[in-house]
Amino acid sequence: MQLTGAEIVVHCLREEGVEYVFGYPGGAVLNIYDEIFKQDAFRHILVRHEQAAVHAADAYARSTLKPGVCLVTSGPGVTNAVTGIATAHMDSIPMVVITGQVPTHAIGQDAFQECDTVGITRPIVKHNFLVKDVRELAETMKKAFFIATTGRPGVVLVDIPKDVTQHTCEFAYPKQIEMRSYKPVTAGDPGEIDRAVELILSAKRPMVYAGGGTILSGASEKLVELVRGTGYPCTNTLMGLGAYPATDKQFVGMLGMHGTYEANMAMQLCDVLIAVGARFDDRVIGNPKHFFDPNRKIIHIDIDPSSISKRVKVDVAIVGNVAHVLDAINSKLKASKQKPDAEALQNWWGQIEQWRSRDCLKFDRASPIIKPQAVVEKLYEVTNGDAYITSDVGQHQMWAAQFYKFDKPLRWINSGGLGTMGVGLPYAMGVQFAHPDATVACVTGEASIQMCIQELSTCKQYHLPIKIVSLNNRYMGMVRQWQEFFYGNRYSESYMDALPDFVKLAESFGHVGMLIEKPEDIEGALREAFKLKDRLVFMDFRTDQTENVYPMVPGGKGLSEMILV
Amino acid sequence: MRHIISLLMENESGALSRVAGLFSARGYNIESLNVAPTEDPTLSRMTIVTSGSEDVIEQITKQLDKLVDVVQMVDLTEGAHIERELMLVKVAAHGSDQREEMKRMADIFRGRIIDVTEDTYTIELTGPVTKHDAFIEAIDPAAIIETVRTGASGLGRGQRILRV
Repeated sequence: MQLTGAEIVVHCLREEGVEYVFGYPGGAVLNIYDEIFKQDAFRHILVRHEQAAVHAADAYARSTLKPGVCLVTSGPGVTNAVTGIATAHMDSIPMVVITGQVPTHAIGQDAFQECDTVGITRPIVKHNFLVKDVRELAETMKKAFFIATTGRPGVVLVDIPKDVTQHTCEFAYPKQIEMRSYKPVTAGDPGEIDRAVELILSAKRPMVYAGGGTILSGASEKLVELVRGTGYPCTNTLMGLGAYPATDKQFVGMLGMHGTYEANMAMQLCDVLIAVGARFDDRVIGNPKHFFDPNRKIIHIDIDPSSISKRVKVDVAIVGNVAHVLDAINSKLKASKQKPDAEALQNWWGQIEQWRSRDCLKFDRASPIIKPQAVVEKLYEVTNGDAYITSDVGQHQMWAAQFYKFDKPLRWINSGGLGTMGVGLPYAMGVQFAHPDATVACVTGEASIQMCIQELSTCKQYHLPIKIVSLNNRYMGMVRQWQEFFYGNRYSESYMDALPDFVKLAESFGHVGMLIEKPEDIEGALREAFKLKDRLVFMDFRTDQTENVYPMVPGGKGLSEMILV
Repeated sequence: MRHIISLLMENESGALSRVAGLFSARGYNIESLNVAPTEDPTLSRMTIVTSGSEDVIEQITKQLDKLVDVVQMVDLTEGAHIERELMLVKVAAHGSDQREEMKRMADIFRGRIIDVTEDTYTIELTGPVTKHDAFIEAIDPAAIIETVRTGASGLGRGQRILRV
């Protein structure tokens, strides 16, 4: 079958079972858009800015574990997409980004809307390709999906010059692909797994620390089996929330810079640490020198060998897919005659309960001003803890992470690695497309939401009934908090004057806007908003300007050196 | 410590920039780097000389291995290996005294004079990097006009083989 390059792109996406392509047209991709017009295998979602196309595709992937796909034009289309690509890359999200390029004969000529896409994106993708010959296009697309979704998932970019989309060749989509240079592992080393089991059973003060890798490998149930089977405490990272149910007794809360007192203390003082799909990053363990303890043994399960012993030396390293490895560990634990040391465990839990009784997340519930934590708490109640929650980046993100108790994986969608303000709304779009009947809320702040506010228009076009919960404190809250703590209350440029009237703004896009100024109105407003099943509602909560996120591990400090409320 | 890492990688445009970019993005040292196609034209062999603590070298090898274009990799310095570099040095060669001195130094270091003009000699040396450092040290610095070095290339000894 002779097809043009543009037809091949569309055929490949169909073969891959793609449901949605998020994108924005432009000169270099017009041939592809013409083919999109003629087909109905997948839906194209037109955003208002390329960054949002990438974020939406990213969130689609985060909430389904299927690769997200987006399509942008050359030059500014690509540079606008860069933030989205880097965001997904940092959190290992499987995505295929298709970019238009100027015709092959014009490459390097400083042509209109030309940029070195492969060069610009090289450090922020798992891999990228420039397709110079239409005969390589189908195989490259296959490779792109293969690389994006296997091993440690990631973003793969395919840059296609315009003439390649016009040229024709015989089309055959490879069913499978073998690459001599890319052979991801899945199963862990059996010897290391045996050593891990031995160490797990020898623990007196054990701790399970699970991150985003647990979610990305679909291993939540296996994690639950490990934790329940052993009776050990479990913490999740920001990226791992939902991997272990937050309402379970054995869950000690999120850990890290704004983790709970009990999670951070247990992490610091445990004698056997079981790290599952997590990478000991700076926001999680703070200063590695302070974290180091010669008496603590660490088991590290991760698909990426370069994540192991990068920041923290470990004793047992298991390179493999978390789901496979946990399966193996669970069955060995079950078969073992030895059981966890019940007495030691009881003492350890006694200690943890003492830390827990410190009630580190308490806040002033009698305040006459709206406390942001109270809004998230009510959001949890009103949505029965069953909503998909996206967030932007800052204080509201931390409060959402602390107070919305995620019991299921894939429900908490946020930018953990890159920390990209502006993701919240496009993330909510991607999630709502992936789950049309689900309740989707975006917890945001008045600063973050303005970074992709134009997407309110996309939401109108596609009738997305997203609920925006904006915790409006008229500050870039996290910046303000750092300035209060570490810069002598000099609030340099963290206050925004001349904010828009968000109610009118939402209304101007055809949505519903609400202004909530009193604590007693929180619940009623939320209930009213969520009753509007087919409308986007923008809730502008005027919150306490001086509220801070606690606990806090200051940068460069150790986990046990928390600032508490 | 100094390490020599050999890579076999897909001979594709951009493969070199992936390696070079990795080193600059993560702040690793590159002492030298060279690359050329192998007897199999689909593969290039790259030799990187780098230095760092054991932890850093471990990260470098893992990060290199992670690059999708890298087919195989070995740290030559982990075992028996041989290492060679090519250096060309253009030196001043005025008058019979200096010309004789340069010829003698080239002979001592088993170099060859491969270009002669009225005022210059160009000396070719092949050997380990340390030998070339020693040559540069040994001759009159004022006489050196220009130098170019390929950086080290190497192979494992005997049955230590890097091939697909």
